[in-house]
Amino acid sequence: MSLASAARAALPPLLVFLAFLGAWHLACAVLALPAYLVPPPAEVAREAVAHAGELAEAALLTALGALGGLGLSLVVGGLVAVLFSQSQVAARSLYPYAIFLQTVPIVAVAPLIVVWFGTGLQSVILTAAILSVFPIITNGTTGLVRVDPQLLELFAMSDASRLQLLLKLRLPGSLPYFAAGAKISGGLAVIGAIVGEFFAGFGADDLGLGAVILQTSGRLQTAYLFAAIFAATLLGLVLFGAVALLGELALRRWRGREQTLH
Amino acid sequence: MTAPASAPHIDARGLDVRFPGGVQALRGLDLQVPRGQLVAVIGPSGCGKSTLLRVVAGLAPAGAGTIAVAGEAPERVRARRAVAFVFQDPTLLPWRSVHANVRLPLELARVPRSEQDTAADAALALVGLSEFAAASPAALSGGMKMRASLARALVTRPELLLLDEPFGALDELTRERLNDELLQLWERDRFTGLAVTHNVGEAVLLGDRVVVLSARPGRIVADLPIDLPRPRRAALVGTPEFAAAAAEVRARLRAADVAA
Repeated sequence: MSLASAARAALPPLLVFLAFLGAWHLACAVLALPAYLVPPPAEVAREAVAHAGELAEAALLTALGALGGLGLSLVVGGLVAVLFSQSQVAARSLYPYAIFLQTVPIVAVAPLIVVWFGTGLQSVILTAAILSVFPIITNGTTGLVRVDPQLLELFAMSDASRLQLLLKLRLPGSLPYFAAGAKISGGLAVIGAIVGEFFAGFGADDLGLGAVILQTSGRLQTAYLFAAIFAATLLGLVLFGAVALLGELALRRWRGREQTLH
Repeated sequence: MTAPASAPHIDARGLDVRFPGGVQALRGLDLQVPRGQLVAVIGPSGCGKSTLLRVVAGLAPAGAGTIAVAGEAPERVRARRAVAFVFQDPTLLPWRSVHANVRLPLELARVPRSEQDTAADAALALVGLSEFAAASPAALSGGMKMRASLARALVTRPELLLLDEPFGALDELTRERLNDELLQLWERDRFTGLAVTHNVGEAVLLGDRVVVLSARPGRIVADLPIDLPRPRRAALVGTPEFAAAAAEVRARLRAADVAA
């Protein structure tokens, strides 16, 4: 995508955001909403600037938890997907529990994680991983199982072993599926990290965005709270974008350069 | 154990094949192909042409009857890399270079890497793709992809080549050129060839014989020798002798289709 077309693609959502800010500002002014309920956008911006350093630090800490969770998801989800693709029995008997990971209310499980693993980064990472692992498992399994039957026959012509099939056909062939799964998981990992921080925190001095959100809401610092929410949203977007970009780069290598030579 | 040279290279007797769903693909099919012969198989779509190739390759089991290749079970022939399959699609792995795709069968057989490279270089030279060895398959045209696929099949120097409508998706001119190249490769190596096609002209151009299958369940309704001189090239297509042979095949094919 060229820079010009990227700018063209970014313009409509940017306009929507500006319109949203305008409507928000008007609503605050016209309805005379108290600032502790809905602070006007300018005040939120002021708070964001005033606490820029803390917000950046908090975002970095949350990003660490989210990235750790995403990394764990990729490793564990990848291994589970491989297991599912290799054994029908394992897939059939364990898949319901994979769905359980998807449906379990993470706010209910997070306290249990804290009980087991204590407060701190490890529990944040674990919460983020639980929330983000499912797309990796499902996408990965699909990618590993869905192989062109002609390619299976090609490998059968060479009497390829199961391991050869896995390493030389299924795993490389499933890269687009894992990349698609990771894109979804990236956003989920941020949510998981913030929820994890609600319960696990990082300790009194190190506040992630989740802890900032919890603290500011308790103290009715609503403008700061809004700023933290925006920071969390931004972090999710950045992580999603980064994973999407990495996936795209990997896929471009995978597909080979498509320039024509003739 | 190798059969005497006079024995047919492919010896199928009374082949019955059913798909897992219960549909009968082939019924009582007898086919003998002498070593070094190029046989075209043609028939209405869905008649079990591809199934026949898969049974000869040992990829699909025969429900009844016997199949022997060089006097052996197809699986054993496969194990000594004496048979290769060219699929309908190029089936190149996009994440591998053309060269890495071509040497794949040897890599899977755990042949030493230097031998893989030498054989892949030779096979690529054979199909005129040497300068694209390092290219990604995505950079190749449809015809070049099919050539790479052909090189991959020939990299093990097989005695038997099975082709499943390999040029069917290509445009007319590219197809003509690839048929010419296939004929040249065959003249050079004299492998036994079983080529499934749905194109009458292609069948007559390639085949020493054209075997016409009936609609499913497929059985042989005609086995026509094609007495056109070799070496053959696409230019042959315009001649009256070619037209006569093609007309004969077409008539038999039409009869096979109507009988369904």
